[in-house]
Amino acid sequence: MSPTVYLLLSALLFAIGAVGVLVRRNAIVVFMCIELMLNAVNLTLVTFSRINGSLGGQIMAFFVMVVAAAEVVVGLSIIMAIFRTRRTTSVDDANLLKY
Amino acid sequence: MTGPLAPAFPTVDYGALAPVLIVLGAACLAVLLEALLPMRVRGRVQLSLTLVAVVAALLAVIVRATSGAPAVSTLAGAIAVDGPALFLWGTLLALAVPSVLLLADRSVEPGGAFLADPVALGEAEAEQRAREKAGVGARSGSSGSSGRAGGSSGGRLTGRGGQPVEGHTEIYALVLFALGGMLVFCASDDLLTMFVALEVLSLPLYLLCGLARRRRLMSQESAVKYFLLGAFSSAFFLYGLALLYGYADSVKLTDISLAAAGSLRPDSLLFGGLALLVVGLMFKASVGPFHTWTPDVYQGAPTSVTAFMAACTKVAAFGAILRVFTVAFGSTVWEWRGVLWVVAIVSMVIGAVLGLTQTDVKRMIAYSSVAHAGFLLLGAMAITPAGLSATLFYLLAYGFTTVALFGLVSLVRGPDGEATHLSAWAGLGKRSPVVAAAVTFLMLALAGIPLTSGFTAKFAVFSAALADGMTPLVIVALVVSAVAAFFYLRLIVLMYFSEPAADGPTVSVPGPFTTVAITLGVVVTLLLGVVPTAVLGWADGLSFLG
Repeated sequence: MSPTVYLLLSALLFAIGAVGVLVRRNAIVVFMCIELMLNAVNLTLVTFSRINGSLGGQIMAFFVMVVAAAEVVVGLSIIMAIFRTRRTTSVDDANLLKY
Repeated sequence: MTGPLAPAFPTVDYGALAPVLIVLGAACLAVLLEALLPMRVRGRVQLSLTLVAVVAALLAVIVRATSGAPAVSTLAGAIAVDGPALFLWGTLLALAVPSVLLLADRSVEPGGAFLADPVALGEAEAEQRAREKAGVGARSGSSGSSGRAGGSSGGRLTGRGGQPVEGHTEIYALVLFALGGMLVFCASDDLLTMFVALEVLSLPLYLLCGLARRRRLMSQESAVKYFLLGAFSSAFFLYGLALLYGYADSVKLTDISLAAAGSLRPDSLLFGGLALLVVGLMFKASVGPFHTWTPDVYQGAPTSVTAFMAACTKVAAFGAILRVFTVAFGSTVWEWRGVLWVVAIVSMVIGAVLGLTQTDVKRMIAYSSVAHAGFLLLGAMAITPAGLSATLFYLLAYGFTTVALFGLVSLVRGPDGEATHLSAWAGLGKRSPVVAAAVTFLMLALAGIPLTSGFTAKFAVFSAALADGMTPLVIVALVVSAVAAFFYLRLIVLMYFSEPAADGPTVSVPGPFTTVAITLGVVVTLLLGVVPTAVLGWADGLSFLG
């Protein structure tokens, strides 16, 4: 099977993630969609690594995983903090700052 | 080990990297001290460590810049230490000094502006209990404050005996990590390093935004918004990186430039990658249509964090934008510049027009920063030496003005913290002439009135853009400057020509830290307006490596 298929798949996953960020209301689900986008990028990197015949892309995928893990730590702690004070994780309820 | 599998270790130029190593080393040390030191001394030790590290790194930059050492690309081409990088490092570290002083201030808000709710209170109470058990501060009575007191805005959090609970000291470690990320961000010579640095600078900032002692709901809301939108935009940056990797088989900026000059691959990968990359960078620099987080976060975050973020993040982001545009995409400039014209115009117009309708001082400054980002983009798009030096000068001037302005904003206070609504500032000139005069001067600098740094900076950027054939953009920028001047002047008029409300806010007398930070910002704004030649001379003739 041609590796181009995986590029299309990863573009599709990235788009699903992006749409999810825009339409979902729960902060945790929004965050999961962002993670989906990052992992779609990983698939792209690995596929290009295969197409180009170089290892760089696979190494980069590891960097992305580490960064994504650090992001989870910070992100979940922020979402936890706002859940404790508001008792909700809906991003629609956080509406003090506007205009 | 010999043979074909012998690892080739990259050479590391420690001398060139010294500023980054000092800042990141101090950040690691600060984490360690946070765990080991008793709470009483932690604040002072952490503050001294932070200031010493920043000043030492600044000295290292100055030594390197004056020694005439050649520009190098070190760590296997991951970081380029060249003229613009040193200028940006100097700017970032110089801006970090007043920012850290503002963060450390305890005179305006007793106990400092930072507190993360129940944990800090619990910790403080536990320490107090331990001390009582040891018979040091023998005060009897039941537990003073409940751990959940801080849910809503207002309520002052006090520990035992009415003393305000000491604020957090992790902020220093977070600031140092953010600063280290910024230093790497604007010097990174490949996109992967840039991405990692982007996260290293962003993650601590997300946390810092949510740590306010007052108005906790707004502070946390700003942290969530900044985090979700920031992570969203860095995913775009990363997808851009992946596409460019597919195009050039490398993420080094120079390799991308070479590939763009003579590659048989489809251009859609190159320009798709560039577009996604630019979205991520523009978000950080709060340019144009990617600015939506800016007003909310500027308003919700503790004011000292806003000062740090507004000044330093903008410098780092535009440093990276300049480097990416010049080094990686300088050869294809005519194919992508048209799109950025639109972005710059949108940014300037949004900043100026929405700035007019704001009723909150911090939000107003946020929209003004969006307009300024548009002006900066003008200089960054002109891939010429004049454009580079003008943008670098603009960043330095704008940074100091902003830090001082947010320092002043934190002084005007009502019964429940800062009074940032415009109506609260009415008649400030009668009540506190010195603060009002300083705000007036800084507002004039943002508007770009002669004898302030704002005028020199705008003049340099606009003339560089004009010389590079961007006449329509410069005309738009001048009109927008006039529109934006209206809301700066409106605040001045409000301060001097209206009567103060009877129950209006008080103006706190700042402690030494805030005084030094504000004075530094005002003096630099004045000096860069009156005698800009020294700095302009340094910024002139710098060029990127590669």
